Amino acid sequence: MSDLVTAPPALASEPLITPRKTFADVNADVSRPIERKPGMLWKVFFGISLLLTLQFFMEIGYQMYKGIGIWGLNHPVGWAVDITSFVFWIGIGHAGTLISAILHLFRQRWRTAINRSAEAMTIFAVMTAGLFPLIHMGRTWFGYWLVPYPNWRHLWVNFRSPLVWDVFAVTTYLTISIVFWYTGLIPDFASIRDRSTGWRRAIYGALSLGWRGSERHWQHYERAYMMLAGLSTPLVLSVHSIVSFDFATSLLPGWHTTIFPPYFVAGAIFSGFAMVVTLLVILRKVFHMEEYVTLQHLDNMNKIILATGMMVGYAYATEFFVAMYSGNPYERFTFINRATGPFAWSYWIMVSCNVLSPQVFWFKSLRRSLPVMFVVSILVNIGMWFERFTIIVSSLHRDFLPPNWSYYKPTIFDYSVIVGSFGFFFMWFLLFCRFFPTISIAEVKSVLWTAKKTEAGPKERAHAHEAVHAP
Amino acid sequence: MLLDRFRRPKPTRAILALYDDPDRLLNAAALAKEHGFQGMDAYTPYPVHGLSEVLGIRKSWIPYVTLVMGLSGAALGLTFEIWTQAFDWPINIGGKPMISLPAFIPVTFECGVLLGGTMTLAALLLACGLPNLNAPILDRNLTNDRFGLYIPEYGPDWNEQRIMKVLKTTGAVDVRVLRV
Repeated sequence: MSDLVTAPPALASEPLITPRKTFADVNADVSRPIERKPGMLWKVFFGISLLLTLQFFMEIGYQMYKGIGIWGLNHPVGWAVDITSFVFWIGIGHAGTLISAILHLFRQRWRTAINRSAEAMTIFAVMTAGLFPLIHMGRTWFGYWLVPYPNWRHLWVNFRSPLVWDVFAVTTYLTISIVFWYTGLIPDFASIRDRSTGWRRAIYGALSLGWRGSERHWQHYERAYMMLAGLSTPLVLSVHSIVSFDFATSLLPGWHTTIFPPYFVAGAIFSGFAMVVTLLVILRKVFHMEEYVTLQHLDNMNKIILATGMMVGYAYATEFFVAMYSGNPYERFTFINRATGPFAWSYWIMVSCNVLSPQVFWFKSLRRSLPVMFVVSILVNIGMWFERFTIIVSSLHRDFLPPNWSYYKPTIFDYSVIVGSFGFFFMWFLLFCRFFPTISIAEVKSVLWTAKKTEAGPKERAHAHEAVHAP
Repeated sequence: MLLDRFRRPKPTRAILALYDDPDRLLNAAALAKEHGFQGMDAYTPYPVHGLSEVLGIRKSWIPYVTLVMGLSGAALGLTFEIWTQAFDWPINIGGKPMISLPAFIPVTFECGVLLGGTMTLAALLLACGLPNLNAPILDRNLTNDRFGLYIPEYGPDWNEQRIMKVLKTTGAVDVRVLRV
């Protein structure tokens, strides 16, 4: 196997996948968690997330019975942890689409080992996010009023409202993410089908829809996948822009600003990549995927965290500058109040976690250190949650008239929905790790060393062709 | 493509050559093409680039579906918004015009993406004839580490011995005749 040693020079320094792996190894390694009984660690994590999910739904049940007054909401602060968590979870999802669609269009082939789990993260994050506007409505059972449907009142939803845009953006995002994810899964389900027997073969066979890997089908498949990536790219940018319109189209100082769409999108990618790093550091360890999700992948993601973290920091500075420069006293007050008022603690948690902590990634050794990146990724997640909390609560709690002012104090039910949403998200993610191929089998094969040879240009192929004909 | 399926008589036999390397498959496909074998297909665990050119498989028409359906979705979304807001039940909201185009753009865009994306998947399934759970699995390793060249019986000049003889020179791990 001399060709394994003489690798293409561009890749010689850093293989995408550890070079010893063969095609058959990929199938065996990725299918292993599906074919074995789960380990103790998985069971413990799953048990905890299941319990958190149960208390989440109990809280939702009680809140539907009693009303949203059980949360700490009060007169000026009508939006708090519910909308904070909604924006947080939608943002988490964005990294998945960025990895799967945008990096695909830019031919960043390192994405192949991580796109499946990142896309799964997107779907579960958007599912979690979608619960929050529903429970926040109070009368959750009227959730279908958000959808324009013919009804006896002959009324339609107001399409000029950003809250209706949100409904369309989030449902489209969830649907297209699932379509994209499932399209990627079809060949891998077929791989699992072909190595299984009995009920597993039947189930994965049905999921694979009877895929056989015909070249005629691959031809359609690759084009369709490219089209979906092309559609998802503007979609992901639109979703968080529309989420930011919920705030930006209002007149509240601190919300009413044109910087919001790019600022929200950068923040979403920032937090999403942090969540991907958190999940992958655990996943590669628990399921022994270190040879697929290498330090190079994590290094690349940490670079993106550093870059987007600085964009977010720049946006914080711009907001302050514009508030000062606008000459609008309400705007100025809101920002001074943000940094020095009753919610200053939240503001400074946000700044230190989001702007300061990623700075360690300037150093290569720290970008490649698993404990450092794990801690930073969690700090970034905390910081990004508090960013949304700061934007929402600190802008609301002191609005135009001082008699309206108040403070927001979360109750036990607020805490319950926060931890509950994490439980709900991790429950789905753990189920995914157990039953679905967490790495794209077909895509990883195309970046293996053994496959690299086929990337030769037409000239080399013509030579090979002649060699066959010579004798 | 869809029409090809009806044009040719349904084959009863086919030859499948298995390779352990995508390069060998590419070379074999090129050789087979040169010998004039028709209706060839390949079965591979991942898309091997350059193979469809060698086999003479036409480029997919799915992008047109995405384009047309994406534009239709956007048009439908915008029409629906204008109809509901300005004609079916016009309501003056904040003095905005009945047809407030800028405010209608986000939903227009989302409708375009929604229809374009879902129809792309539908077109993919249609183009590949999926779901097709009864399709015979030619070899279990074709989704693992084997690359198969598939030559179905294509007409009166289909010569089993000749094809087998040619394929045996291409470094195949296995060449077999299948009853299909």
